[in-house]
Amino acid sequence: MKKIICLIEPRKRGFYETEHKIFAPFFGVFVFLIISLFSFSFVAANDLEQSLKDLGNKSRSKIKKAIKNLGSQGNTAALPALEALKDNRLRVSEDGAIIILDESGEKGQDALTKEQVDLKSLSLRKPRINNSVRRILSTTIGTLQLKSSNPVIRLTAAKQLLKKSSSGLVELIEMALAEETNDEIREIFSLVLAKEGLNSDDKQKRLESLKTIREFGNINFKSLLENLLRKNEKNEFLESDPKIREGAEKALSSIEKRQFFINQFANLFYGLSLGSILLLAALGLAITFGLMGVINMAHGEMLMIGAYSTYVVQNIFKEFFPHLFEWYLIASIPVAFVVSAIIGILLERGILRHLYGRPLETLLATWGISLILIQSVRLIFGAQNVEVANPSFLSGGISIFYGVVLPYNRISIILFVIFVVISVWALLQKTSLGLQVRAVTQNREMASCMGISTHKIDMYTFGLGSGIAGLGGLALSQIGNVGPELGQLYIVDSFMVVVTGGVGKIAGTVTGAMGLGVLNKFLEPAAGAVLGKIIILVLIIILIQKRPQGLFAPKGRVVEN
Amino acid sequence: MGFLKSRMGASKTTFTSTILALVLFILTAQVQAADTIKVGILHSLSGTMAISETSLKDVALMAIEEINAKGGVLGKKLEPVVVDPASNWPLFAEKARELIQKQKVAVTFGCWTSVSRKSVLPVFEELNGLLFYPVQYEGEESSYNVFYTGAAPNQQAIPAVEYLMSEDGGSAKRWVLLGTDYVYPRTTNKILNYFLKSKGVSAKDIMETYTPFGHSDYQTIVADIKKFAAGKPTAVVSTINGDSNVPFYKELANQGLKAEDIPVVAFSVGEEELRGIDTKPLVGHLAAWNYFMSIDTKENKQFIKKWNAYVKKNKLPGGSKRVTNDPMEATYIGIKMWAQAAEQAGTTNVDAVRQAIGGQTVQSPSGFKITMDAKNHHLHKPVVIGEIQEDGQFDVVWKTEGPIRAQAWSPFIPDSKEKVADWTYPWVCGNCKKAKF
Repeated sequence: MKKIICLIEPRKRGFYETEHKIFAPFFGVFVFLIISLFSFSFVAANDLEQSLKDLGNKSRSKIKKAIKNLGSQGNTAALPALEALKDNRLRVSEDGAIIILDESGEKGQDALTKEQVDLKSLSLRKPRINNSVRRILSTTIGTLQLKSSNPVIRLTAAKQLLKKSSSGLVELIEMALAEETNDEIREIFSLVLAKEGLNSDDKQKRLESLKTIREFGNINFKSLLENLLRKNEKNEFLESDPKIREGAEKALSSIEKRQFFINQFANLFYGLSLGSILLLAALGLAITFGLMGVINMAHGEMLMIGAYSTYVVQNIFKEFFPHLFEWYLIASIPVAFVVSAIIGILLERGILRHLYGRPLETLLATWGISLILIQSVRLIFGAQNVEVANPSFLSGGISIFYGVVLPYNRISIILFVIFVVISVWALLQKTSLGLQVRAVTQNREMASCMGISTHKIDMYTFGLGSGIAGLGGLALSQIGNVGPELGQLYIVDSFMVVVTGGVGKIAGTVTGAMGLGVLNKFLEPAAGAVLGKIIILVLIIILIQKRPQGLFAPKGRVVEN
Repeated sequence: MGFLKSRMGASKTTFTSTILALVLFILTAQVQAADTIKVGILHSLSGTMAISETSLKDVALMAIEEINAKGGVLGKKLEPVVVDPASNWPLFAEKARELIQKQKVAVTFGCWTSVSRKSVLPVFEELNGLLFYPVQYEGEESSYNVFYTGAAPNQQAIPAVEYLMSEDGGSAKRWVLLGTDYVYPRTTNKILNYFLKSKGVSAKDIMETYTPFGHSDYQTIVADIKKFAAGKPTAVVSTINGDSNVPFYKELANQGLKAEDIPVVAFSVGEEELRGIDTKPLVGHLAAWNYFMSIDTKENKQFIKKWNAYVKKNKLPGGSKRVTNDPMEATYIGIKMWAQAAEQAGTTNVDAVRQAIGGQTVQSPSGFKITMDAKNHHLHKPVVIGEIQEDGQFDVVWKTEGPIRAQAWSPFIPDSKEKVADWTYPWVCGNCKKAKF
């Protein structure tokens, strides 16, 4: 350094001496300005660098501080690193470099230099973040994303800020609102402003805020509005201005009206979803119990076997086709069907065919079989629940109204059950096998006289019922536990559905399942889960007293049999 | 007759030799019995609770093996007597009676659910047995014959709620108390209700909901939580029983409720329960315990190493995926503590050992010196709160500075506020408002 100064020194001296001395002070100021400007931007860059580095700090409070710094700098260059931190894709190398992994986790990029790094040569550590870090992170990302050119990103950012707005953001949002062209985003921005505007001292501003809330408001504002209408111990309103109170009341009633319809819609969806799960669990039973009259206590275990088949297929995909992993569920459909069907057929050939016409023995034998199946699964897979992951296209959901999310896995179960019911119906009504099955279930002797091999048909029918139960198990693996006792949970519900719907009719089972599902979901908000279930059981008892054949009584010989 | 006589003679010799053999057998049996100390292990190995309780049996056997390797207790080897009450509550009482009366065990380690504990309690009190109960529970109990090595509510539930109230925990203002419909959630929520009200939370800001056992459809409840949470920071306190947790957490994730918005703190979800769940959507949700497998102490590393070696040696199912958890640690501490007390008392007599256990200290895997309270028979325990990580382990976000004393009777319930559990003179009572002497 000293050497450099020495080199410059003579020139400087020469400059001062040869040029007009009058410029010297101006020049000095100029140099100072340049230097200070440089150093300022240098400091800013340095700050960014330091804050980014601190994202990988071992202390959570340092990480929080770094995030806040990055937010206040307003530099969108920090976004990739912040998003990576939130999605758990940020790593810290041993020498403190911050590395951003891509979605697949196979490639890494240095957050500062943007250079690709060789992940294998580094030993990486995850920064430890917790909820309080995540909360700050979401808000910071939201504020930075407001500047994004992509409207989708701006929308999520705006929603994020609506959830956790603070008065510090008002200016920023007012600015963003002025530039915003997308109506949906404008709406949310004005809501954020309205939320803050309610607390202002300006009466006009508060009234305007109330108007905005009344227009677009969602349930999130309910408690804010209720606060405006609160009374103190002396029964006086805390809010002295009657105009504000009136505005709040109007806004509140409009929100509540909207919410009522949203709730009914949500309940209907929840009911259909529960109904479709009941239907999948019960459809197999509707065939084995409904059509064949076998009281199959091992039906639940067929569900369990279907779920475990899904688990095995998932593991095979994880092991051998990791790049196709997302699609394992599709591959599981035939596997779950075939495995359960084969076990069902073995059961029928080995045991049940000797017991036709002896319901009590069948009941005991199938109950014994169910215990054997549970214990075998416990021996093979262990008593613990096993993990069946949701493929990413079934995770999450679609939000139609504010606060009502229809999860993808439930939507796909509804679609799946429609597919299964149509297939079963087509199989029974449109194929010769179906014709034979119907013939045998209506009148075994007569069918036999007509040359139908009733034994074979029994076997196929039982296999079909078990296979469908296997498909039910596949669907159940996506919403709940997969463990040896999975079937026990659903066996009672399945019988309930089949008995309510009417034995021997697919249409009855469909109606029974959907009816029970929807009824349950409309009862639950009012009565609670425990009481709701009791009411349903009482209703079923009454129904069976009045209509022993269930909702859809089969006509003709079946009844006489 | 002659024929008979000769037969009689023959049978006489057989008879005497049989008697001789029998006497010899009894003698050797007695010698053998004197050589070992029988220890009862009363955990369900089949039925619904097998999922949780099997590991406790395993870790108890491991601890016994460890003590035996060091020469046993009072120079005698411990002999574990394992019985299976099969998740059947009345059977717990029968098996407990069998252990004490027939097997004459010196001490029993067992039970998980509160209902099983309540079912064996009269047996232990009647026959003066000694039970170590290793699971976190609802409190409101203290028995002369039971030592509680799990947490009382003030060692788990109350600190967890206080954490969620703090700024770091999200400064929750509204509370959802969600549980399975049985005694533990009901009592815990009763305590929490009083506690929250004492902290100025109004009744309108508390939602208490119960579901039946094995409930698997959480759509409505999650939607209700969402509606309830609108407008104020909200936290969920979950006392949902093991198996229903998976559908609950899956529904939470799918309906888009994130831990950063509405954190759920669970009291019955530990490492063992998370083994069957895809934990990615759960990252950030919390659990409160007195021990986590991820606690970074020398003692814990040793404990995990021992456990892994034990699993490997005995080829236990699950193999390398087996984890340690809080009730396992509590079982381990309990056995160590009993052995230490018996050694000090110089006998395995129940009354003498009971006197010796009070004040015993054991170095626990959680890194603290843990003491048994002589007065209320509960352990002083540290409280740790952890967030679920992607790998199914917990990241500790908060912990107490040291072990805290259990309150067997909650000071927040007006009815039990004045009750005292104190088994030392002059109280000698687990459920009294006045001293006996």
